[in-house]
Amino acid sequence: MVEITVNGKKYQVDKGITILEACNRLGISIPTLCNDDRLEPYGACRLCVVEIKGRRNLEASCSTKVRDGMEIETHSEKVIKARKEILDLLYSNHPEDCLTCEKAGECKLMDYCYEYGIKKGSYIGEKKKYPIDESNPFYYYDPNKCILCGKCVRVCRDLQGTSAIAFKNRGFNTKVSTPFDMGLATSDCVSCGNCVANCPVGALMPKKPEKFRTWEVKKVKTTCIYCGVGCQMYLLVKGNRVVGVEPARGKANNGLMCVKGRFGYGFINHPDRLKTPLIKRNGKFEEATWEEAYDLIVNKIKEIREKYGPDSLGGLSSAKCTNEENYLFQKMFRALIGTNNVDHCARL
Amino acid sequence: MTNSIEETLNTDLIFIIGSNTTETHPVISTFMKRAIKRGAKLIVADPRRIELSQLADVYLQIKPGTNVALLNGMMNVILEEELYDKEFIEKNTENFEAFREVIKGYTPEVAAQICNVDKEDIIKAARLYARAPKAGIYYTMGVTQHSTGTSGVMSISNLSLLCGNVGKESAGVNPLRGQNNVQGSTDMGAVPTDYPGYQKVFKPEVKEKFEKAWNAKLSGTVGLTVAEMMKEAEKGNLKFMYIMGENPMVSDPDISHVDKALRSLDFLVVQDLFLTETAEYADVVLPASSFAEKDGTFTNTERRVQRVRQGIKPVGNSKPDWQILSDIMKRLGHEKEYSHPSEIMEEIRSVTPQYGGITYERIEEEGLQWPCPDLSHPGTKYLHKDRIMRGKGLFMPIDYRESVETPDEEYPFILTTGRLRYHYHTRTLTGRVEGLNKLQPHSFMEINEATASRLGIADGEKVRVISRRGEIVVTARITDAVDENVLFIPFHFADTRVNYLTHTMDLDEYSKIPELKVTAVKLERIGS
Repeated sequence: MVEITVNGKKYQVDKGITILEACNRLGISIPTLCNDDRLEPYGACRLCVVEIKGRRNLEASCSTKVRDGMEIETHSEKVIKARKEILDLLYSNHPEDCLTCEKAGECKLMDYCYEYGIKKGSYIGEKKKYPIDESNPFYYYDPNKCILCGKCVRVCRDLQGTSAIAFKNRGFNTKVSTPFDMGLATSDCVSCGNCVANCPVGALMPKKPEKFRTWEVKKVKTTCIYCGVGCQMYLLVKGNRVVGVEPARGKANNGLMCVKGRFGYGFINHPDRLKTPLIKRNGKFEEATWEEAYDLIVNKIKEIREKYGPDSLGGLSSAKCTNEENYLFQKMFRALIGTNNVDHCARL
Repeated sequence: MTNSIEETLNTDLIFIIGSNTTETHPVISTFMKRAIKRGAKLIVADPRRIELSQLADVYLQIKPGTNVALLNGMMNVILEEELYDKEFIEKNTENFEAFREVIKGYTPEVAAQICNVDKEDIIKAARLYARAPKAGIYYTMGVTQHSTGTSGVMSISNLSLLCGNVGKESAGVNPLRGQNNVQGSTDMGAVPTDYPGYQKVFKPEVKEKFEKAWNAKLSGTVGLTVAEMMKEAEKGNLKFMYIMGENPMVSDPDISHVDKALRSLDFLVVQDLFLTETAEYADVVLPASSFAEKDGTFTNTERRVQRVRQGIKPVGNSKPDWQILSDIMKRLGHEKEYSHPSEIMEEIRSVTPQYGGITYERIEEEGLQWPCPDLSHPGTKYLHKDRIMRGKGLFMPIDYRESVETPDEEYPFILTTGRLRYHYHTRTLTGRVEGLNKLQPHSFMEINEATASRLGIADGEKVRVISRRGEIVVTARITDAVDENVLFIPFHFADTRVNYLTHTMDLDEYSKIPELKVTAVKLERIGS
């Protein structure tokens, strides 16, 4: 442990951690656009700068480790002035379309501009003007909104392990690009959307099949259905429809997802969904009530069991259903029908 | 998995055999890639030159169906060069000598011949595995879907025991389960041999326990597996089937046979989200609600029981599966009623020792890994930690056996099947997602460029693939991913059902798994 002083108050914190992490743990909020605790410190946005006694320059708290006796100011006049300057620079080269931007409500740049009172960019001059990459079926990249924090590039390379995107050019002309700027569709991109999930602004955004504002949706934490990893995720619910999915941090997925889990939710409210029981009469399915269907099934079970014995009945449970449902299914066959003829497609 | 997914990050060696992890378990592959970046070594054994083979220190392009020979060959090297963990074997295992006797016959030369790989690569892989302080083996159905699937798994266990990689963090034997709750379904006893918690139906004391718990008279006879049910249905012995959330008309081997079986039934109930290829055969179809419309739990491949939460009301007049089952059970005389899945979990934990400490309250924030025997137990990160669960790790002397249907003059190619990143199982769900269909609209057949050139098949050309059971037409994709006598077709697509070709002969003796990974086929150019 080391002792540090933050904003005049003394704290004991773990050795070897960054100032940003120490402050996070202490509940002292420091703004950052490029930091992610799963990635190496990057120091790109400089928004997390703090004043350290005895040092001439402000230091990026994300890439400066705590030292015993360190005296830190996280919101001094000098710090606030620097942050305002950074936000001003970013916003001066940003489209002012926040009213209609899909990210509104969850945009870090918007939140910090609000917090630090940046109403408009004061640097008048050239702005980025790039075409939007719409080639991926699930998301788009708008370089004009990109603040070059590099999170997408680092998530793709260091967490996802795909390296489909990287920085191109230098200085004012820097942008995130696929090889030869040919678009995501022709790159190594596997459409996992892990870049999208970590973009702090509206540059990498999911294509929404249905329009919604972030504040209109309820987020429900659940488990993905597309393989045995069991990624944790949020269903984005608007009314009685699932309109999107976002990754959650779970032990097994560390906030990552794959294309199916992240974007394969369209079946839920699909028009083909079966909406009522069907009974086949003369070779054709006819709509029926639950009571009719239940009566028919139960009568058949009893009739066949009576005539041929319980082992003439069998059931396939499902690896897609819950534990509770699988439990009931096998209990029904064993305890109520009287046979162990119950299986599922574990082998297929 | 004996170990946990996140432990992969700190492993020293990853041995992937019969798993195309980047496609079938994309998120686990991200953990692997990070470990490799950190310096972990990688061995890949797969008949297809999969993405991860590019990162491998040794890549073994084995002939489909030769896993046991490869593993025995590696173990031969480890024994010969005395690279095994003598202390671990002494303390924690039994039957080592009998096992050693069998392995003697599998010199790298013999194994290399069977597997059609370079013997130096077998030696290199063996040394890498044996010298790694912590080595994890990861596999999926490339190991299990063989008539010798159980032997493949036991050989993996042998290798792991041989180098003391059992009961160790970031090591172990790690099957990656394909479907979201295939672990849980088996845990819950949705298998013909076991009650929940792997308690055997044929043991009188177990039967007695469940008769008491369920207040019912139970059968002590082992039931039928999927493949056996289909056979009995065709013979007319099985009259009634209830299929919940499965689509055997696409997923099961030898579909013509499944078709006959389902037609032979007196009565078929299918419960699903959509009118699947299988539901078409039903007498009654019950509309089930999706995972977004219900509460419950899934158990993932690392044994972690995690919550499923309801986001929306059931679509249309559909009902959650547990509700439907509960309704039918009531009509069959079940006295207990459940108002919420958490009450079912309470019953599960009362009869399933591994789930004894699992409640909805405890898994609200984060799932628990079984075994979790009581409410104060923190769950189990990796198995066999203090001692091997059965007492001693059992070495199994396993000989290599050929696949059932090997290529011959008439059917000269080995067809192997598998999954793709962009689709899930029989596409009942993913086939209804526009973007996924855009990324992977059709099925295809991977064929080696030399083979294609010899047969005059062009990339993108439609070809007829014929086995002893049926034929399909599929688009050729020319690639160097497969060897010259091997073909690969994904099984997802209902319009190109590869399972018309596969067979159900000689199911694995223990697991009754069909040999979906090896089918002998021939090719015909359309119009030729």
